[in-house]
Amino acid sequence: MRDVAIIGIGQTKYGEHWKRSLRDLAVEAGLKAVEDANIYAKEIDAIFGGNMAAGTVIGQDHLATIIADFAGLAEHNVPAVKVEAACGSGGAALHMGFMAVASGLYDMVLVGGVEKMTDVPGEHMTDALASAADREWEVTFGATFPSLGAMMARRHMYEYGTTREQLAMFPVVAHENASKNPMAQLRNRITVEKVLNAPVIADPLTLLDCSPITDGAAAVVLAPMEVARKYTDTPVKISASVATTDYISIHSRPSITTVKANVEAGRKAYRMAGVGPGDIDFVELHDAFSIISLIALEDLGFVEKGQGGKFAEEGQIALGGKLPVNPSGGLKAKGHPVGATGVGQVVETVIQLRGEAGERQVDGAKRALTHNVGGTASSVFVHILEVV
Amino acid sequence: MVVPRVWRERVARYRMVGKKCPACGKVYFPPRDVCPTCHRESYGKMEDVELSGRGKVYSYTVVYQNVLGYELQKPYIMAIVEMEEGPRVTGQIVDCRPEDVEIGMPVRAVFRRLGEEGKDGVIVYGYKFVPDL
Repeated sequence: MRDVAIIGIGQTKYGEHWKRSLRDLAVEAGLKAVEDANIYAKEIDAIFGGNMAAGTVIGQDHLATIIADFAGLAEHNVPAVKVEAACGSGGAALHMGFMAVASGLYDMVLVGGVEKMTDVPGEHMTDALASAADREWEVTFGATFPSLGAMMARRHMYEYGTTREQLAMFPVVAHENASKNPMAQLRNRITVEKVLNAPVIADPLTLLDCSPITDGAAAVVLAPMEVARKYTDTPVKISASVATTDYISIHSRPSITTVKANVEAGRKAYRMAGVGPGDIDFVELHDAFSIISLIALEDLGFVEKGQGGKFAEEGQIALGGKLPVNPSGGLKAKGHPVGATGVGQVVETVIQLRGEAGERQVDGAKRALTHNVGGTASSVFVHILEVV
Repeated sequence: MVVPRVWRERVARYRMVGKKCPACGKVYFPPRDVCPTCHRESYGKMEDVELSGRGKVYSYTVVYQNVLGYELQKPYIMAIVEMEEGPRVTGQIVDCRPEDVEIGMPVRAVFRRLGEEGKDGVIVYGYKFVPDL
């Protein structure tokens, strides 16, 4: 297996792009990544694109083909496929791209992710997102996606004494970090009190525990490590790329306060990279809801089970803390354009590892972990990236 | 949605008929064709088993932002109920005030209308839970 490097990154601003279509956003991110890698688009050997819901939301499937076409690559007949794993689609696409380069089948691979979420009313989007759960046995019975997170949160509070205030620290830190990220959607600072007093979405989770509806795209260019320095002085090595799945419904799992797919993904990623949780300088965690990142923090071995809330309360997840979480602002405040999220996390990580994150720079960051999930972590994609 | 999609689930949804693995004896609901412990040993051999409908609240939430079709019901209580026979099931708790629900509360399944697809659409029925006093 060949070592794989990221040699270029690109992303759109995350937000509500009323003037721009899904294909516009995807092309912008892709072309920025190509430019950053200092290559021409025709040098791309293959494209893997993450997207969750374009088929439902804008009635457009066959997505990778249409994006490759409008990126100007139809004349080159480049292979392009969409990869779908709900909110984990971006991480899934990166895993596929990694395999393609590591195996030697392709040399130069573009991995993208995109979601256009503001082209339908909010209720329709809620319904489309609920399809990440089991339509027949959860959604038909009234479960929304936030309601599943809420039930995990309530049980975590019951089993470990996690408090509402501790949970609120995750969005508070996310907004603080996003205020320093010009590409983020929600750049206002918030307080614990504001989180607690926000409108309830699914008790105990309020609006400010939940990631927003976001349009956006992100892309990276992958190449074999051995040639990476021909294109850039700052290649970032993908030292682990891991995918796992779990029971799709939380009601089928032995516990809903830990996710075995998280634990296994972490274990495999640390083994693949030859490191442990203590060697990670910062993380980009999938904070679709505050509770999802709290549970991931524990499952990935950064704190003991049940201690995630206390760790956050002590300020350890903030910039300058023991383990900065989501310096980008995370899904919560940078935004969550579902299919783009897993790739966007990696774009932020590369910016950090290049030392180009400005005000939100994690001092001396050399190695980081990204955690992107589909559904209630029913599928998990973990990547470890490092400076070489 | 056409009728068969709803019709084919009627036994499980109306009477809570799940599956039991003949090899290890574990009961599953919703029904599945393969036991995650016994794999191919179980395939084609899973037995029907009707649940008693009795269980206890494992976790719950009150939903204020609904999925399509649940506009008129909100806010409503969603729960995961641990059934007597072992499996956990997602469903609404009705005939109960949100402030009266707690983890561990005994509930029992009742047959209710879940919703419909627009004015002319298929009406979907299934189980909900009520406090088991």
